Amino acid sequence: MLVQILQAIVQAHGWVSEDTIRQLAQALNLSRADVHGVVEYYHDFRTAQPGRNIVKICQAEACQAMGSRELTQHAHAAVDAGTTIEPVYCLGNCACAPAVMVNGKTIGRVDAARFDALVADLRGAEK
Amino acid sequence: MSAVKVYVPRETTSVSVGADAVAVAIARAAKQAGASIQIVRNGSWGACWLEPLVEVDVDGTRIAYGNVAAADIPDLFAAGLLAGGDHEKRLGPINEVPYLISQDRWTFWRCGLIEALSLEDFLLHQGFKALQKAWEMGPDAVIDAVTASGLRGRGGAGFPTGIKWRTVADAAGPQKYIACNADEGDSGTFSDRMLMEGDPFGLLEALAIAGFAVGADKAYIYLRSEYPLTHTILARAIETAREAGWLGSDIQGSGFDFDVELHLGAGSYVCGEETAMLESLEGKKGIVRYKPPLPAHEGLFGKPTVVNNVVTLASVPNIVNLGGERYAGMGVNRSKGTLAFQLAGNIRRGGLVEKSFGVTLRELIDEYGGGTASGRPVKAVQVGGPLGAYLPESQLDTPLDYEAFAAIGAMIGHGGIVVFDDTVDMAGQARFAMEFCAIESCGKCTPCRIGSTRGVEIIDRMIKGEEREANYDLLVELCDTMEAASLCAMGGMTPYPVRSVLKHFAEDFASGGDET
Repeated sequence: MLVQILQAIVQAHGWVSEDTIRQLAQALNLSRADVHGVVEYYHDFRTAQPGRNIVKICQAEACQAMGSRELTQHAHAAVDAGTTIEPVYCLGNCACAPAVMVNGKTIGRVDAARFDALVADLRGAEK
Repeated sequence: MSAVKVYVPRETTSVSVGADAVAVAIARAAKQAGASIQIVRNGSWGACWLEPLVEVDVDGTRIAYGNVAAADIPDLFAAGLLAGGDHEKRLGPINEVPYLISQDRWTFWRCGLIEALSLEDFLLHQGFKALQKAWEMGPDAVIDAVTASGLRGRGGAGFPTGIKWRTVADAAGPQKYIACNADEGDSGTFSDRMLMEGDPFGLLEALAIAGFAVGADKAYIYLRSEYPLTHTILARAIETAREAGWLGSDIQGSGFDFDVELHLGAGSYVCGEETAMLESLEGKKGIVRYKPPLPAHEGLFGKPTVVNNVVTLASVPNIVNLGGERYAGMGVNRSKGTLAFQLAGNIRRGGLVEKSFGVTLRELIDEYGGGTASGRPVKAVQVGGPLGAYLPESQLDTPLDYEAFAAIGAMIGHGGIVVFDDTVDMAGQARFAMEFCAIESCGKCTPCRIGSTRGVEIIDRMIKGEEREANYDLLVELCDTMEAASLCAMGGMTPYPVRSVLKHFAEDFASGGDET
């Protein structure tokens, strides 16, 4: 149950705070260490508040072979403070690498130009 | 005139390169033209390099168009798309596309062919025939057929499936489970995902057959969270099957009770290891368990459990339908049947290629893949995910056979083939192998938890050219320790890619500084 509850919290709020961990431990009759351990273990349960947009860039081998390291460097320079860039290890889109996930949507064959277009789309959507 | 069927995949790769927008554009163009069409969302045929791949049903022949963008649609309509009109993107009938016709489609035969979420279409294409046949055969005969097929676990370990099923069937106790491993974390692999997105009912049928064979009334699918579209499709398929009486109690009046629960992971590579997956399914951290006890004896919630990969399970319905001997007739040596190889990374024609074992890497990479995407020479090929060895060009003629790969210190794993061209820095890839292990280690055993971090440090020193020989020896010794003393394949096999780089690409360590 704990995993599903944390998934729902991240879905709704984007992250898990210390206070949330305390409340969950109390509600589920677990120790804070138990809850903390599960939160720390899984990558999806981030413990810092993310930006308005979350861009995950695949860092695994198939995407490396198609320039994901360079793309990641480019991406960090291309986005504003409202966008959080996170690593992800494989989106299963390895035949159309490099792959990124923008706010939960997987996008393939992303080069620097395509990335800039995605960022422009995000900005456009916010206006 | 009846509506023209237009197939546009609803599958992660196809959607990732614009399939949804293509479907919208086709619907809009048809409306403007006053044409009556029906858009069918099928799975992918696996020719990822052609996605989005659109097909139009012209008098029963499906005419394919490759790399279709939404912006192409007005032009395609002007060229007579709905009548299969000629256009530079036209590939011809889908059943004549060379990439597809030369494959041995045993497990993926429905992928791309049918509307993924149409139970009706599934039933028209032999859906649930194997389950009904299994009921007639009885559990023992089903397990015998799976044993006779020589099917081995496609998740990577290659354990004989029939033996696993027999162990669980023979285990004591009224409650048993099926746990389907859909935590496809290896880079370069996507066959589980394609199967689940293209033939979700096929997986449900396979689970029910497994449950019937071993006496389990419940299956859990552990799906990784990186696959949100798969989750949507699978959840809908489970609901549809339940509503139609193909899941639940007394399925189709057979007296057989069976249900499936879909569980979403939360981002963890190690959860693809079977015991870590069971821990995670129980709502805990995905920490690897000691074996024994084997999951077949004490698995999920302490009950006898069959843990099988998606593709392993999905190979079973045709084994039941056509007989285990038919399957065993394909492949070589102890690698029977087919494997869905996945061509990925720097490759011109990437995608899923289901072939009998025995095919060579070179055939797959050259004949199907068409070489690198960059057009540069192949330098290294990593087979079997992040724990698989990097093979140099000279080893590309190795036949894909579990034992032949083991003999060269490599593994086939889940069938992922990641191609790198000659611009790759292999010292960096060796470093990444250790780094990935450090990031993903569950932390239970020391060789993996600490060894991986030390490994990164040693490789960094080697790259800088510090005490190269001493560090080389230390790295080899560390690899020995990790391989011999880790609890699972995470720490135990991280040395594979590292050693392969030392063996075949040592010159890439030499560039970083002076020998001291």
